[in-house]
Amino acid sequence: MVASSDKPRSFQEIILRLQGYWASKGCAIMQPYDMEVGAGTFHPATTLRSLGSRSWAAAYVQPSRRPTDGRYGENPNRLQHYYQYQVLIKPSPPDLQDLYLGSLEAIGIDMEMHDIRFVEDDWESPTLGAWGLGWEVWCDGMEVSQFTYFQQVGGHDCHPVSGELTYGLERLAMYVLGIDHVMDMPFNDPQAPIALKYGDVFRQTEQEYSRWNFDVANTEMLLKHFEEAEAECEAILSQEYDDPKTGKRIVMAHPAYDQCIKASHLFNLLDARGVISVTERQAYIGRVRALAKKCADAFVQTEAGGWTPEGTAA
Amino acid sequence: MPDLLIELFSEEIPARMQARAAEDLKKRVTDGLVEAGLTYAGAAAFHTPRRLTLALDGLLAESPTRREERKGPRVDAPEKALEGFLRGAGVSREDLKVQDDKKGQVYVAVIETPGRPAAEIVAEVLETTIRNFPWPKSMRWGAGPLRWVRPLHSILCILTDEAGASVVPMEIEGIKTGNSTRGHRFMAPASFTVTSFDDYAAKLKRAFVVLDAQERADHIWQEATNLAFAQGLDVVEDKGLLAEVAGLVEWPVALMGEIGADFLALPPEVLQTSMKEHQKFFSVKNPKTGRIERFITVANRETADNGVTILAGNQKVLAARLSDAKFFWENDLRIAKAGMTDWLDQLENVTFHNKLGSQADRVRRIAALAGEIAPFVGADPALAEQAAKVAKADLSSEMVYEFPELQGLMGRYYAEAAGLPAEVAEACETHYQPLGPSDAVPGGAVAQAVALADKLDTLTGFWAIDEKPTGSKDPFALRRAALGVIRILLESQARMALEPQFGAQLVRHEIKQADGAAAAELAALEDLVEEIAKHGVFGAALRTVMDRLNGEAPLLDTLKARVPDAAADLLSFFHDRLKVHLRDQGLRHDVIDACLAMPGNDDLVGLVKRAEALGAFLATEDGVNLVQGFKRANNILTQAEEKDGVSYEFGADVKFAETDEEKALFAALDGAKGKIDAAVAAEDFEGAMQVMADLRAPIDGFFEAVQVNSDNQVVRRNRLNLLSTIRSTVLAVADLTRIEG
Repeated sequence: MVASSDKPRSFQEIILRLQGYWASKGCAIMQPYDMEVGAGTFHPATTLRSLGSRSWAAAYVQPSRRPTDGRYGENPNRLQHYYQYQVLIKPSPPDLQDLYLGSLEAIGIDMEMHDIRFVEDDWESPTLGAWGLGWEVWCDGMEVSQFTYFQQVGGHDCHPVSGELTYGLERLAMYVLGIDHVMDMPFNDPQAPIALKYGDVFRQTEQEYSRWNFDVANTEMLLKHFEEAEAECEAILSQEYDDPKTGKRIVMAHPAYDQCIKASHLFNLLDARGVISVTERQAYIGRVRALAKKCADAFVQTEAGGWTPEGTAA
Repeated sequence: MPDLLIELFSEEIPARMQARAAEDLKKRVTDGLVEAGLTYAGAAAFHTPRRLTLALDGLLAESPTRREERKGPRVDAPEKALEGFLRGAGVSREDLKVQDDKKGQVYVAVIETPGRPAAEIVAEVLETTIRNFPWPKSMRWGAGPLRWVRPLHSILCILTDEAGASVVPMEIEGIKTGNSTRGHRFMAPASFTVTSFDDYAAKLKRAFVVLDAQERADHIWQEATNLAFAQGLDVVEDKGLLAEVAGLVEWPVALMGEIGADFLALPPEVLQTSMKEHQKFFSVKNPKTGRIERFITVANRETADNGVTILAGNQKVLAARLSDAKFFWENDLRIAKAGMTDWLDQLENVTFHNKLGSQADRVRRIAALAGEIAPFVGADPALAEQAAKVAKADLSSEMVYEFPELQGLMGRYYAEAAGLPAEVAEACETHYQPLGPSDAVPGGAVAQAVALADKLDTLTGFWAIDEKPTGSKDPFALRRAALGVIRILLESQARMALEPQFGAQLVRHEIKQADGAAAAELAALEDLVEEIAKHGVFGAALRTVMDRLNGEAPLLDTLKARVPDAAADLLSFFHDRLKVHLRDQGLRHDVIDACLAMPGNDDLVGLVKRAEALGAFLATEDGVNLVQGFKRANNILTQAEEKDGVSYEFGADVKFAETDEEKALFAALDGAKGKIDAAVAAEDFEGAMQVMADLRAPIDGFFEAVQVNSDNQVVRRNRLNLLSTIRSTVLAVADLTRIEG
């Protein structure tokens, strides 16, 4: 584990220290999910694994895309592609707040000098049919994390309850490193032979995606893809649990959920293109939520979701 | 007698829930204890972000023994009855006494419930309280079934008397009661034990926790005003924010920081809203310039650098927030100065309600109606229409998207920036008013016209699609809108008949509903709106347009009943709201009902004038007696009409009058109707009441001296016809049959 007494010097060092810290606390360090998602919560390691009775502890970085937040790389804080750090532990341990505060110390925030506050913030994801209670965590008035006890996901009550932590990595790192514009933030060590700033890595892609997201993306194609993803999700879930070829029980919750994630991202792209009216918006969100609920229903019929051959969830 | 101390220690409780929760804890625990026979001398509840605390003093050490005598069957009753009684009372036969009773000798059971120690009762009551606590929103955590607002960590529960303190043993889902707690999360996290409430409060303070929320709030306010005063500045008072901030900290430390010079040109409301909503900062004003120049933030701890790092961090966050606000403000100003057309175009894409169309549709309807209403409130129709067209433009602005609570206010700033007339800018800000019974109505005539049109469009819209408020459900705040219309009309004394406005706007909604109908039919609907403006009456307007079209208008045909029905229903909704409003002002509901029954009841100002005059008249002796006389006349007349199967309306002739009293009444009634009609037409309701007052003595005299049901049929009919004259005369003022008593 990286020594935590000294201040980190780069964006990546903050990520590495979080990885080290949560590994030392027993989390499985997972990798980002290989699909476009709007937030770390969409990773099946959170959405699906928060369901059912089995214990779970995972931490990972998740690249997240919010097409409407694109600012061509010019806004000091807003990006259409950014990183979230996500921790999910089920059941939530009694000392989760202390574990969380330990992670802030690990990235160089001195609790003796700063004002850390837990401010009410109930979390809700209409697209995932999920909600929980918790806080946004403030450090000197800045929101540095979301802290949530999941109560419901995909329309299912969470038993046991998962504790979820989400760190907005760029904002947190800018604060710790004392940087005012995200593009000026050292990505790797500023003393490295080839020192790279966040802007060296992402300014150009922010421009490219901002243009595409706002003005170029083919909306007819996106709409078609949305409908295809929706149809495929339903088609997957309509299959028998027992696979006729292998004779095994194989509930395809994850492949179906991939299609749900796709639909969700396609909706975000359509939204950024400004082709979804306010009333349609609710209808689209409802359609994605319906998929998420069906995927959750399927997942609890799998072993990872707590299903056992004896017929009842353990 | 022992004292009881309870502390429920949890993860951070939302600030807005704390005070209520402390009260609920006090109420539930004390109610439970008293019900079990444990009385106490005093109780106090406290709350911090991490704890709810209850301190009771002078609690009984045990509940008193209860003795109850229960009467049983007679001594000679069958054995079965006695057995049943013994079972029910839970006593054996040896415990029974025999007593004399009316029925003879009966058995009496003496049931004694021994007292129970306080600890036992407290443990039961506390467990019940925790399991059934009325949090507005609660949650589970970990793998357990317990619900609390956030995870509950420990329970302190001790009884303290001369002999010392003892823990009340209890366990709930693995959490055992004890005698220890913790101090400030960062400044004194170690656990410590306590022996009494005084010991607890003192040790908490040493551990950097101020237990009493009021003490925290006072401390914050004191520090904040001192910091500001030292620089010659004033803190902007905000009681809600103060209470919230006091609920976010256990050890408040106020720090004052600068707002960057770049941001000082932002409207003060923007600065204040941004700082309050996002950062929970107090605004600090310079009394000389009136501008907000600094902020106060409240930290939850002391630091070695006296808060320098904390303040620097807060200042930086604020700068980021305000640069967003400044960016919005500058972009918005650019669009405003260019005439707001971008915003107005965007309103086309904003749905107001899926059946009522976009905000732009709504703006067009409101503008048309505002122009029509303008003359009634003394506004220039062109200005009112212009104001209505831009009044909703700020809904598309970035600032209002970010801070919805600034809608209207930003509209005023942007209208001013666009160089629009002052009346238009004022209407942009105030046309939402009144927002509640205590909110002021818009002051300017243009603003009133827009406010009326806005509210009437909303009301007629939801009536057109039949989504009226039911019971407690009023999601579109239609009651508030109707009361707003009522108050604007009454306070501005605007004489406007509502029904033609309902009719015109209902038809405008029908035009939207008929989207896609043939062009000719839509044109007919447009015609209809114009005709309503001309005729003032829906039916006449509809006939005119139908005649013009030779009946070839199936769409219009469907409106024949629908629009008048909706308008009548909406008017009765207004009358209900008006009754509530006037009742709050002390006017009797039967007086209002009597006036509602009169023609012209959609002109609320006229209606209220009449009701007030009638109310004042009925408070006089003349009024009370006249009503009695009228009712007597009406009763006799109604009975006779039912019995005879005819109606007595005409032909009362003084030549058949037999007595002086009868003749006097003829004389009094002669011309009274004419005077009343004239007074009512001139809206001299006091005058009309005076004419009625003058009738009182002759009517009384008539009833005293004259028997209506004479054997002479000619005389009888003549007298009934005379009574009918009383009725028709008086009913020209108000429907007195609705007056109670």
